[in-house]
Amino acid sequence: MQIYLPIAEMSVNVFLILGMGGGIGFLSGLFGVGGGFLMTPLLIFIGVPPAVAVGTEANQIVASSVSGVLAHWRRGNVDVKMGVILLIGGLIGSFLGVILFKFLRSLGQIDLAISLSYVFFLGIIGSLMFLESLNTIFKSRKTGGAPVKRGGHRHTWIHGLPFKMRFRKSKLYISALLPLAVGLLVGVLAAIMGVGGGFVMVPAMIYLLGMPTQVVVGTSLFQIIFVTANTTFLQATMNQTVDVVLALLLLVAAVIGAQIGAKFGAKLKGEQLRILLAIMVLGVCAKLGFDMMSTPTEFFTMGIGGQH
Amino acid sequence: MRARFLHLTGFALACTLAAILVIVPFIGRAEAQNVAQEHQRQPLVADLSRHLVAITTGFAGTDVLLFGATDEPGDVVLVVRGPNRDEVVRRKERLGGVIWANGAAVTMHDVPAFYRVAANRPLEEILARPARERHQIGSDVLNLRMSGSVEPADRGEFRDALIRLKEFRDLYTYSPNAVSMLANRLFRTELYFPANVPTGTYMVEVYLVRDGEVVSAEITPLIISKVGIGADIFQFAHQQSALYGIAAIIIAVFAGWLASVAFRKK
Repeated sequence: MQIYLPIAEMSVNVFLILGMGGGIGFLSGLFGVGGGFLMTPLLIFIGVPPAVAVGTEANQIVASSVSGVLAHWRRGNVDVKMGVILLIGGLIGSFLGVILFKFLRSLGQIDLAISLSYVFFLGIIGSLMFLESLNTIFKSRKTGGAPVKRGGHRHTWIHGLPFKMRFRKSKLYISALLPLAVGLLVGVLAAIMGVGGGFVMVPAMIYLLGMPTQVVVGTSLFQIIFVTANTTFLQATMNQTVDVVLALLLLVAAVIGAQIGAKFGAKLKGEQLRILLAIMVLGVCAKLGFDMMSTPTEFFTMGIGGQH
Repeated sequence: MRARFLHLTGFALACTLAAILVIVPFIGRAEAQNVAQEHQRQPLVADLSRHLVAITTGFAGTDVLLFGATDEPGDVVLVVRGPNRDEVVRRKERLGGVIWANGAAVTMHDVPAFYRVAANRPLEEILARPARERHQIGSDVLNLRMSGSVEPADRGEFRDALIRLKEFRDLYTYSPNAVSMLANRLFRTELYFPANVPTGTYMVEVYLVRDGEVVSAEITPLIISKVGIGADIFQFAHQQSALYGIAAIIIAVFAGWLASVAFRKK
């Protein structure tokens, strides 16, 4: 069954889109990430114009983050104070990111910038996560299955920064500049890569800010709602590239997939989940890196210059 | 089919008559009839089964029937041109010997978004290149104005790339034997418009060719536009984009909330 997408201006198979939404939703429920970093390249792969893929995916992530954050909210796993500071950084970052996006597009290098940032960040995060979870599995075997705690409180120059704030939920007393900077960096990436940024935000919150794992996902989802809502609005007003028909199809399948994924996830151990996610992230990274380096079959690309 | 054909021909005649009567009201009745008879004797008539292609929610490409008649045997060539736009073609170059990135770029001006050529036999057998150039028949003779920082020697490469990319997307096609002739006088062909067809006003040009010369031509417009919910969404997105953006966010938030509530009760 075919359906015509009014903004993407193409017709697609309804079941293909539902399948993609369900599959990515399953993975996002399983790993607790938004899945934008998988969905945006997939949409582009099936022929959706990149600008429409980025704008529509932002809209879909709003829906999946709302449904995800409510579950965490009920369990009290959202640090609103931390979320708001991350969000302020995120909004400034996404504003800067949109400007950078426009500049790179005028140079004709936006595709390269997108691919490079994907390869760079997926590569770093995937490898770190892979090594860390391997290490955990190895250690827990050695100590007979007892859970391993990360190293105690370390005092570095980071703790000497001004504007210290107390984050009760996260059990942290750190400078507000730190989450602000993390939010800003992720905001820039989110605007360029067309993702919510959860896959960068979650590791940054665990490893850079030192937040407890149980509040990380809820807090990250909380701020992603607002960053992606802002991106949706900017894309809709500046480029008219948000396709609500496509977004609705994706999100209906994605929320169902996410619930099934979450049930599966509950049966697996944390480090097993992380190692699987790491393998998936590294896989996407390797594919994108390979595509960039292998000799293309078509040396030319075409884009619309302007309509009359 | 035949009844419809007669009906359409009748309608076309009526329109022509009406137009003549409006333009030259001072000419006598007999004279007007003479002109109408002249029109009847014209060497080529052609029409489309419909003049509007509606892109609805279930649109997955469509066929439009083109039919017509000639006064004497000859070859029929037809060209469908979509609305003009500028296209930027970029060539990939190797950066630092490792990765491939967009390099030199050329902007081509007034490129038809859609271009279809069909005939009753291969074009080369019907028309010589100079004649094809004159009438802009065939993607190899299309006039494409270029601007950009590329050596003139390389421009041909960019031009070929544009045609190749358009052909790959089914937007440029050439079907040498797609026009079928009946009794050397009547002709018909199905014009295929794929699902990714650009919207706008199209021109369907029909040429009658004899001995390598175009003896008659007829141009019929064809409008391709979105209708129904799809058109409403497109209009909303483009005319009230801020409101559209807010609506899209509200829909997403509501859907997310609904999903969360639905699965909580289970």
